[in-house]
Amino acid sequence: MDRFMWTNGLLEMNETLVIQQRGVRLYDGDEKVTFCGVFRQHAKSSGIGKSAKIVIHLHPAPANKEPGPFQQSKFSYIKLSFKEHGQIEFYRRLMEEMTQKRWENTPVSQPISTTAGLKAGRTRAVGIVGIERKLEEKRKETDKNISEAFEDLSKLMEKAKEMVELSKSIASKIKDKQGDITEDETIRFKSYLLSMGIADPVTRETHGSGTHYHMQLARQLGDMLQAPLELLSPEDLVNACKMFESLKLPLRLRVFDSGVMVVQLQSHNEEEMIASALDNVSEKGSLTAEEFAKLLGLSVLLAKERLLLAEKMGHLCRDDSVEGLRFYPNLF
Amino acid sequence: MSFEWPWQYNFPPFFTLQPNVDTRQKQLAAWCSLVLSYCRHRKLYTVDVLEVQESPVFNNKKIERKLSVEAIQVVFEELRKKGNLEWMDKNKTRCLIMWRRPEEWGKLIYQWVSKNGMVNSVFTLYELSNGEDTENEEFHGLEDWMLLRSLQALHAEGKAEVITLDDGKGVKFF
Repeated sequence: MDRFMWTNGLLEMNETLVIQQRGVRLYDGDEKVTFCGVFRQHAKSSGIGKSAKIVIHLHPAPANKEPGPFQQSKFSYIKLSFKEHGQIEFYRRLMEEMTQKRWENTPVSQPISTTAGLKAGRTRAVGIVGIERKLEEKRKETDKNISEAFEDLSKLMEKAKEMVELSKSIASKIKDKQGDITEDETIRFKSYLLSMGIADPVTRETHGSGTHYHMQLARQLGDMLQAPLELLSPEDLVNACKMFESLKLPLRLRVFDSGVMVVQLQSHNEEEMIASALDNVSEKGSLTAEEFAKLLGLSVLLAKERLLLAEKMGHLCRDDSVEGLRFYPNLF
Repeated sequence: MSFEWPWQYNFPPFFTLQPNVDTRQKQLAAWCSLVLSYCRHRKLYTVDVLEVQESPVFNNKKIERKLSVEAIQVVFEELRKKGNLEWMDKNKTRCLIMWRRPEEWGKLIYQWVSKNGMVNSVFTLYELSNGEDTENEEFHGLEDWMLLRSLQALHAEGKAEVITLDDGKGVKFF
């Protein structure tokens, strides 16, 4: 068997221990070999399994194979005799490795030498080694890219963490009403949001904030509410409406307890509305939101909000039954 | 004499628990008053919650409105807080309705006793609640548990003492 190569018992750079089995006798062809060691894949081979013996046929060694115990051999196969069993697992691993041909994916490397450096040893043929080297470089590059990307990701996580801290602190301040949110915090928060693409966060000061676009939009809305506008997203509409007061337009955005938002005239007088609601209801004895809406020519949603408001003020009370929700004057 | 229903009884919103806090307070006060006077009228001392849902007091067939179970529980809780109701079990399925509190009963009984010059006499409980002499009295037919509590209230005032007789309990008035 001339395909053996001397090596120390340690694993080389691109070798991994697949399986280790004691008590294996090595046969060069049919001749027993006197030395023994851990068998490692190095050359191509195909194997046939037998009971208690594995025969491995090996291709001829490459010309530049390093010296081994036999320089020459009349056999092109070796036998492994498993004296202490383990052949099944060994065979399985062997076949696995053969199928995967893992050694072909990793470039052939020099054994680690302390002196002389790698250059001295690079006398191999450029062909395969060159390709393998390129593969290695590519792999290193990919690795680098990935870690860079993850660097960004971890930076992002850092930022996100900061944001979360900040929003938590603001939230708890609001909750505990502990002092004002500092100018600095507000600025930081806004800059975070801007960098995320949220142009105008909901803040208490509506004057001065908001983009130019929203201001123009608000003006348009104020001037010609009737005119057909192009498709408008709800957020844009709401943001524009929030600016009515600061732009001194005769409209107001109003939010009800239930969350319903309405645009109403500045001249809208709440008390009058409630008083007239009470009148309407008393006149009819009782009203549902639908009936009220019809009476006043309002949308049902608005009609309901008005009735609910009147109930909140104590002017009306409700009758909730299978027939529906009906409002009565509060006679209690 | 037929029972006189209060105006709220025919007002549909009366049967809906009002969300407005102030309105609700007034509504509950009206319910408590109605429940107590109804029980007094019918001489009901104990109430089963499931049964009472169908009773006319919570169920007005004429206007097709009835008070929900949740709302009934809220009314009962109000009564309990005012000292007019006591739960007989943990699951709140039965309760004692005290449309008159023990102290008030005690006072009535003692008035009758002294009016008839029977202070220092001994009565059996049965005589008091079911005797011929008390037929016209309001406390006639009073259930034992309530009678005992009333007498205990009097005892606290030093006006009576519950004693054990051969065939049951009795009371001595001072």
